[in-house]
Amino acid sequence: MAQRRTRFSNKRSTGTGVLDRRRLSAWGEQHREIAVTTLRRMLQQPLSTLMTVAAVAIALALPAALVVALDNVKRLGGDWQRSATVSVFLGSAVDEAQAAQLRQRLAQRPEVETIELISRAEGLSEFRDYSGLSSALDQLTENPLPVVLELQLYPAALEPAQLKPFIARIEQLPEVDFLREDARWAQRFQAILALLRAGVSLLALLLGLGVLLVIGNSIRLEIENRRDEIRIMGLVGATARFARRRFLYIGAWYGLFGGALAAVLVTLMVWLLATQAAPLEALYHRTFDIRGLSLTGLGTLLLGSSLLGIAGSWIAVGRHLDLCDDR
Amino acid sequence: MIRFEHVYKRYPERGEALKDLSFELAAGEMAFLTGHSGAGKSTLLKLIGLIERPSRGQIIVDGRSLADLPRRRIPFHRRRIGMIFQDHRLLNDRSVYDNVALPLAITGMPSREIGRRVRAALDQVGLLAFERAHPIALSGGEQQRVGIARAIVGRPPIILADEPTGNLDPELASEIYDLFERFHEVGVTLMIATHDQERISRMAYRILRLQKGRLIADSGNW
Repeated sequence: MAQRRTRFSNKRSTGTGVLDRRRLSAWGEQHREIAVTTLRRMLQQPLSTLMTVAAVAIALALPAALVVALDNVKRLGGDWQRSATVSVFLGSAVDEAQAAQLRQRLAQRPEVETIELISRAEGLSEFRDYSGLSSALDQLTENPLPVVLELQLYPAALEPAQLKPFIARIEQLPEVDFLREDARWAQRFQAILALLRAGVSLLALLLGLGVLLVIGNSIRLEIENRRDEIRIMGLVGATARFARRRFLYIGAWYGLFGGALAAVLVTLMVWLLATQAAPLEALYHRTFDIRGLSLTGLGTLLLGSSLLGIAGSWIAVGRHLDLCDDR
Repeated sequence: MIRFEHVYKRYPERGEALKDLSFELAAGEMAFLTGHSGAGKSTLLKLIGLIERPSRGQIIVDGRSLADLPRRRIPFHRRRIGMIFQDHRLLNDRSVYDNVALPLAITGMPSREIGRRVRAALDQVGLLAFERAHPIALSGGEQQRVGIARAIVGRPPIILADEPTGNLDPELASEIYDLFERFHEVGVTLMIATHDQERISRMAYRILRLQKGRLIADSGNW
């Protein structure tokens, strides 16, 4: 006995770097082993695993798809945003030299970031391209279009309090016929996007909670099924932390696979919609470049779903795992 | 090593299983616990392993009162006790090797060292050839020996056995008692519950006899 004890305590006291490294590598090895065995066990019950993974995937696919949709809308609407401009239509009597002078003057205003002069000829050719009325325009003997100044304003200048007096002053300039202000559109668009984004966040929160419950329930069943094993582990001195680890891995796998399947679903949806976009593109004379999940989006989805899996598992384990239970 | 002071254990459904139990087992001592089934033998062993808590009284193991042991320390307490169960309590979906390795694996021991120790333990119970087998494929006696290998693999200072030879033929049972004597020789404290009267009277060790939860005979305090 005495001999045994000293051997044991010697081992403890030589807590040198070598031993620590060995412990650490044993720890890593243990994690690898658990990762592989839990995965293998899940694959041994493909149907129940698939059910959980599919439920998780569907719950995640909805908010992920909405985020992708919003990103696309935001990007397609980016043209409008960039043209958060004030288009100043000059009177028909104003020639291009006068317009250039006015341009010089306006360019000095602090609100103005850039200013572009669109000559009558440029305006006409642009109109020809977009309107599809080229043959009718060919009939015209003279160019009816005015010179236009496109003012791009600094974002700070787009605040209503700043914008209104500025617009009013330009309107009063003698050279100006009328002006069109896209800035308000851009603001509305921004506000709508922000609202939608908040809605998507709320939905994601709700569905995330659903994922938590789905995975938690699967883990609860797994714990029920493994009650004997847990009991035996407890009897030989497994800590709660050790017993828990296995279930956290299972939760992480459910989350990860659910997230991956959700990404596949979203990609499929985007692809389907992209093939359906052709008629719309024909109507608008432009191509809509619909994009799927970005790499960051994919990373966030997979990481988030894995963490949700671990969290769901943690909750179930906290409620149902009892090492000391011997009934 | 193990001391009971006026220990009572009462189950709500079947009343008092142990009544006013007091005894002390010295370090390195080997003792038999006997009595009819239902006398409280299993309950007593469970109290030492903290599988159950006493209703009243004190249990002191290795100088530490179990009542003071917080729940999170229970695993570490159990690692110092090798428990052998009548129904083996093996994991049937794992190999013999994995079953025996379990008490070491949960401590985070490097696998090479686990391998060495598991084979040494299996060798001691004569099952080295079966390490890849699954417990279900083994006979009752072999399963029991797997359970014993699992109990000793962590080299615990205390071994508790609940009817370890209940299902074995006399020859196998003798081998297992030989094994217990070997542990006794290297200083392990052993407590073995059995109703094999003939055998315990042949072996010259201390006998604690329980009847309806009371200690009615103790062959000797050392």
